[in-house]
Amino acid sequence: MSRESTVRIGLLLPDVLGTYSDRGNAVVLAQRLLRRGIDADVIMVTAGSSPPGGCDLYVIGGGEDAAQSFAAEWLLGHRDLRLALQTTRVLAVCAGLQVLGQWVGDGHGRRQPGLGILDLTTSPGPRRAVGEVLTRCAVPGVGLLTGFENHRGMTQLGPDAAPLAAVMHGVGNGSVDGSEGALTSTVVGTYMHGPVLARNPVLADHLLQGVVGGPLPALELPDQEGVRQLHLALAHRPFERLGPVRAAIDRRRSP
Amino acid sequence: MVAAIASVASVAARRIRGGEGVATRGRVLLTLDPGALSHLARGRDVVLVTGTNGKTTTAHLLAAALGTLGPVAHNASGANMSDGAVAALATRRHAPRAVLEVDELHLARVADAVSPAVVVLLNLTRDQLDRGSEVAAVATSIRKSLRRHPRTLVVANRDDPVVVATVEGMPRVTWVAASAGWSGDASLCLRCGRQLVAKHEWSCPCGLSQPQADWELDGAAVRGAGVTTPLHLRLPGRFNLGNALAAMAAAHALGVPPGAAADAMADLESVAHRYATVRHGSHELHLLLAKNPAGWAETLPLLKDYPALLLVINAREADGRDTSWLWDVPFEQLPPRPTVASGDRAADVGLRLSYAAVGHQTVDDPLAGLELLPPGEVVAVANYTAFADLWRRLAVMSGR
Ligand SMILES: [Zn+2]
Repeated sequence: MSRESTVRIGLLLPDVLGTYSDRGNAVVLAQRLLRRGIDADVIMVTAGSSPPGGCDLYVIGGGEDAAQSFAAEWLLGHRDLRLALQTTRVLAVCAGLQVLGQWVGDGHGRRQPGLGILDLTTSPGPRRAVGEVLTRCAVPGVGLLTGFENHRGMTQLGPDAAPLAAVMHGVGNGSVDGSEGALTSTVVGTYMHGPVLARNPVLADHLLQGVVGGPLPALELPDQEGVRQLHLALAHRPFERLGPVRAAIDRRRSP
Repeated sequence: MVAAIASVASVAARRIRGGEGVATRGRVLLTLDPGALSHLARGRDVVLVTGTNGKTTTAHLLAAALGTLGPVAHNASGANMSDGAVAALATRRHAPRAVLEVDELHLARVADAVSPAVVVLLNLTRDQLDRGSEVAAVATSIRKSLRRHPRTLVVANRDDPVVVATVEGMPRVTWVAASAGWSGDASLCLRCGRQLVAKHEWSCPCGLSQPQADWELDGAAVRGAGVTTPLHLRLPGRFNLGNALAAMAAAHALGVPPGAAADAMADLESVAHRYATVRHGSHELHLLLAKNPAGWAETLPLLKDYPALLLVINAREADGRDTSWLWDVPFEQLPPRPTVASGDRAADVGLRLSYAAVGHQTVDDPLAGLELLPPGEVVAVANYTAFADLWRRLAVMSGR
């Protein structure tokens, strides 16, 4: 796309897959463009609307079980959007990640078909994975990612899928390979809320550079570094030790 | 036996935690006598108040209304699990009526012990998702617990589709139109998973629909029980009118005429220090509590008239460990003015403000942050533990 035009960010089903506040990812993407002088629009694609064609990037978030089934059927029912998701850049979080896969099982033998865009399958795990996550991202130059996971689904990557990251702390996909999320040339999929792009601006810029077709200048926002340090520390230590952790952060901040 | 245990527990709790001993006292009582809650509730009319937002305020309004009939036992401090309920009942052992606010996930246990005369269900939206409290799971737990008490009257908010799906089929329901300011968790039908149709009223293809209101607001008046009653609350905000409506319906069920209830509720100025105004140094601090997106949707309109804003956000166990919810709050609506982000998660709220283009300063300690704001009026909005901490420090410093 050319730099003169507006980047269109499609936020899919914010009314259904909005449980974990992943809509914030769309805000982060748009603001990181606007603050660099590139026009951006967030288009809210709610369940009652017909999805617009021609978005440059789609964002899809997490939700409860009923919401996920609804979303899978809704996406399968909109052919043009389904095709667009195969070629456009996508950020998919939690239930959003799962429905882009082959299927999602309910533990009673029922399998909800997904879009098949990612070679992965999901089944319920033994217990819910809840807490801070720290991973090392497979995208060169992105480094450590932090997020908050809250899911029961355990995701198995197939031979045609690559992980987004390797888990250092937390559960992630919950498979023996220690993987977190999924990555293709166009899709970034993850279990991390936070929202993930607010916590990891380098990952946001990775997606955006794919859309604008070139490198973006650095962008520092107030509290960006504070958030990063806070969550890197939280992921390494139990919550109850927040006091000492904060002290450690303050020491690091001081010259 | 219960009396003796209660006084032992009271002494023990005072030793353990000083003035903070309500819940501790209850825990000691329950340890000494696991049946204490049901023993203490026997022979009394108990009202349980639950829901995601408005529990504390509604319970205070209701306690004021029931107070027109005689003494009321009430967990006024907001200790809202079994321990807080026991402590409240033990404190006013001869009060014939009790009002207990109960945490949504503890309703089943408390209801089974006290066999409530009335349960008030205000609303169900996302809150503390990290403790396995997705809305559907909370609703299922409440539904199961209500089903075990078919003689209980349920006062339920007909404007919240999740509440209606939770309560439907119960034999005794009084519907109040207490409004639902935020619908982020009510786009799909809880009963069938289809999308709700929301026009003037909401409904679902499966047949679930908005019930007729037995009690509703009419401007600054309440229509219910066949009369229209003027209502002049000192508590601010549209949502507190809804809370008062629910309280009036519950009070009426226990014999309080609407006019008497309205008069009693009008005098309430603050609720567990919420809505209180405190002088601190050169500042006049107005205290508000908001702890989730639905609460914030109701709180944002109250902030516009204040010249400075202090936000205090923690993420301890009682708050929920995940601060993602800050991104469901439209902070973009905040007007420019001196603003401070503070609390354990000052950085999280600060970054959210950065993306909302709200200029601010970030300081972990809220009282240090306050000093950065110009003298005069400041409105402070804090979430659960942040509010408790802030109040404690303000109270200690002013020698309250
Ligand atoms: Zn339905």
